[in-house]
Amino acid sequence: MVTFTLNGKERSFDGDPDTPLLWVIRDFEKLTGTKYGCGVAQCGACTVHLDGMPRRSCITPIATIDGSDVVTIEGISGKEAQAVQTAWTGLDVPQCGYCQSGQIMSAVALLQMVPKPTDDEIDGAMTGNLCRCATYHRIRAAIHNAANSMEG
Amino acid sequence: MTIHDITTSRRGFLAGAGLVIGVAIAPKFLSAAPTGVPAGGAAELKPMNAFVKIGTDDTVTVLSKHIEFGQGPFTGLATLVAEELDADWSQMRAVHSPTDNKIYANLAFGLQGTGGSSSIANAYEQMRKAGATARAMLIAAAAEEWSVPAAEITVEKGRLKHAGSSRESGFGAFADKAATQTVPQDPKLKDPKDFVLIGTDLPKLDTVGKTNGTAIFTLDITPEGLLTAIVAHPKHFGATVKSFDDSEARKVRGVVDVKQIPQGIAVYADNTFSALKGRDALKVEWDLAKAETRSSAELAAEYVRHFNEPGLEAANTGNVDEAFRQDGLQTVEAEIVFPFLAHAPMEPLDAVFIKATDGSVDIYNGAQFPGFDQQVAAEILKLDEAKVRVNTQLAGGSFGRKAQFGSPYMQEAAMVYAAVGGDRPLKHMWTREDDIQGGFYRPMYAHKMRGAIDAEGRITAWEQVIVGQSIMAKADLDSTSVEGASNLPYRIPNLKVTSHNVTLPIPPLWWRSVGHTHTGFAVETFVDELLARVGRDPVEGRLALLDKESRHAGVLRKAAEMADWGSTPPEGRARGVAVVESFGSFVAQVAEVSVGADGAPRVHKVWCAVDCGVAVNPNIIKAQMEGGIGYGLGAVLFDAITLGKGGRIMQSNFHDYRSIRINEMPDVAVEIIKSVESPTGVGEPGVPPVGPAVANAWRKLTNAPVRQLPIVSLISA
Repeated sequence: MVTFTLNGKERSFDGDPDTPLLWVIRDFEKLTGTKYGCGVAQCGACTVHLDGMPRRSCITPIATIDGSDVVTIEGISGKEAQAVQTAWTGLDVPQCGYCQSGQIMSAVALLQMVPKPTDDEIDGAMTGNLCRCATYHRIRAAIHNAANSMEG
Repeated sequence: MTIHDITTSRRGFLAGAGLVIGVAIAPKFLSAAPTGVPAGGAAELKPMNAFVKIGTDDTVTVLSKHIEFGQGPFTGLATLVAEELDADWSQMRAVHSPTDNKIYANLAFGLQGTGGSSSIANAYEQMRKAGATARAMLIAAAAEEWSVPAAEITVEKGRLKHAGSSRESGFGAFADKAATQTVPQDPKLKDPKDFVLIGTDLPKLDTVGKTNGTAIFTLDITPEGLLTAIVAHPKHFGATVKSFDDSEARKVRGVVDVKQIPQGIAVYADNTFSALKGRDALKVEWDLAKAETRSSAELAAEYVRHFNEPGLEAANTGNVDEAFRQDGLQTVEAEIVFPFLAHAPMEPLDAVFIKATDGSVDIYNGAQFPGFDQQVAAEILKLDEAKVRVNTQLAGGSFGRKAQFGSPYMQEAAMVYAAVGGDRPLKHMWTREDDIQGGFYRPMYAHKMRGAIDAEGRITAWEQVIVGQSIMAKADLDSTSVEGASNLPYRIPNLKVTSHNVTLPIPPLWWRSVGHTHTGFAVETFVDELLARVGRDPVEGRLALLDKESRHAGVLRKAAEMADWGSTPPEGRARGVAVVESFGSFVAQVAEVSVGADGAPRVHKVWCAVDCGVAVNPNIIKAQMEGGIGYGLGAVLFDAITLGKGGRIMQSNFHDYRSIRINEMPDVAVEIIKSVESPTGVGEPGVPPVGPAVANAWRKLTNAPVRQLPIVSLISA
């Protein structure tokens, strides 16, 4: 039995301990904002926050997160999350939208750690998140906008 | 209906031939809510016609006959309706229409479907008419209720007003009454100069749900009792199951059943991970007797052997053979080989099946040709088509992958569902490995180019031979193999373009911008080389070969101006240019490139000019250019599906089928040419120019023309 918090609520899982966190969130908790894209931590569509840090949930066995705090796109809050989501809608960043939960989770984590990131810091934090629609140009601009909106 | 018919009618449409626009009345099934997915809002929605519903809460819902997978039809079609309805943008909503090949036909295809960058073009008048019809019905209802002449009622930003009696109302109060009014057959449409919404950057209707995790894609549909099925597929094209042992798979906790289907072995489980683990535990022996066992290198060697054989004639003007026999010529030759490309949309192929109590079945999937999906599923499930409802869902990309004649994906999914009995709801999903190794690639092509330059430095002859699979499975000329080459925009007196169709067991498919993915590259790199040979500037030299007033020339001049073409690039960088028309839209791009630290091209900036007629939503057009540039650039720099020794597919996931990442994405500037021409599409036309623009810059930097793709394969070679 693994216990953890998911978006602030106590949860437990007693299925196959190898089950990746991604499939626990999607299949058992029915939170579908976190996406499957590759299963091998190459695309970032499954990014969640695990104890405050971005984590690829597709390669994170549920057995390894006992006692941890998990936050998904459905549960993010705070000024960074608000700034990022506002910037995202302001620039109409999403196209197909499938990767965007993961993009936003990575961007929020970046701003929590680096409030005013440079282009290189954005590259460093976001390189693991693929977007086949290639919305990168707007992702970069939205992160800068979000950072600017949090100032003062 | 064949693929050729559809493409031919698409061409006919683009040429402006015989377009019939009608606004059908609402079909009966609109009242039946599909089961198994979250319903919409609480308000009652009244159909005005097949495309517009007015809610008692004042909302206006547009039923999009085109699938939304990022290219913007929800917003685009809703804009057209809202314009003529005089609605306020804040009240607009969009959903996918039901499946009906007649009522929801793509007017360019003659059946329901999305592709060929045709959504806005084919729906431009139809959706405006749908909006104008609804407006007239609301006015008629208000006139009746208020006992005033209809002609005295005005509509502005979603409010009906009668100045004389100072009465005013939203749409919702009249939704009921309006729905019973006579549908006007020929409502008057606005003069474009009176547009207030068309041409503005309206916020996209689907952005919010795609920013907070609430947007539902097929993979997200999880009804109670869901079974998840994953199929073990072969690693060779054309291989079949010889034997299999499922004893270990059946021991995996959560695995419910294992079945053989024609495509492989399906594992059914109570959750996704159990299905994955069960599939891993299968032991399958594959029969390679009919499989493709040649490598990509062996295929390429066979392709180039066709170069000197007589081919299918796609263009023949002047006399190329004679032109090449003239004295004092310089001739330039090039052979270029293009690899197979996977589409790799972020959401791999998937479908959900739910049986209703009356035995009918609801299918939820990213249906690009929903009518085909319906036909195929009905046949396999042995049901009347009327008993199979295809509910189109938001799709995580497609890039052509989901536009399949005969719906081979749905064949597999429906067989998986049928094989297990179909009593429990079922989700069939492909993994990324299934997607990368699943075929339906942009085919491999080989081009041979030959150009002649006379003593005065004029390009006098151009010969091009194209070898590759026919996407439309034709024995004769396939226009998708030669489009962009056979209609070369440059004035060259002697032109000959031929093609050779190659047959392989690897299924081919259109890939974002279809033939232009390779013809655009071949034509635009070769013309650049010819111009360089005679010392002409790439922009000025192209302009000299184009009609001054042409739309090609218009975008080329604009992109050059944006890039300050005549100026010297920063140290270590070079600029390349390309201009390509595809699907009726014209796009020119200038790329500024340097040699990166790893020896591969580093693309710093792309300037892009697009002429797509009337710009319905400039913001979406710019987004499609930005995305098209990224998609095309990633492929040209990094991507190839290759068959290794013995024909095994060598790539399997995003680690070896690279995608462009944020650190590799150039800065992009887009400008839209002002135009009063009918709107044309933007989903595909941003893709073709970026590859040749980068390759032309790369040739300047390295003195080596790009004859093989992806470009990184030249670096590591």
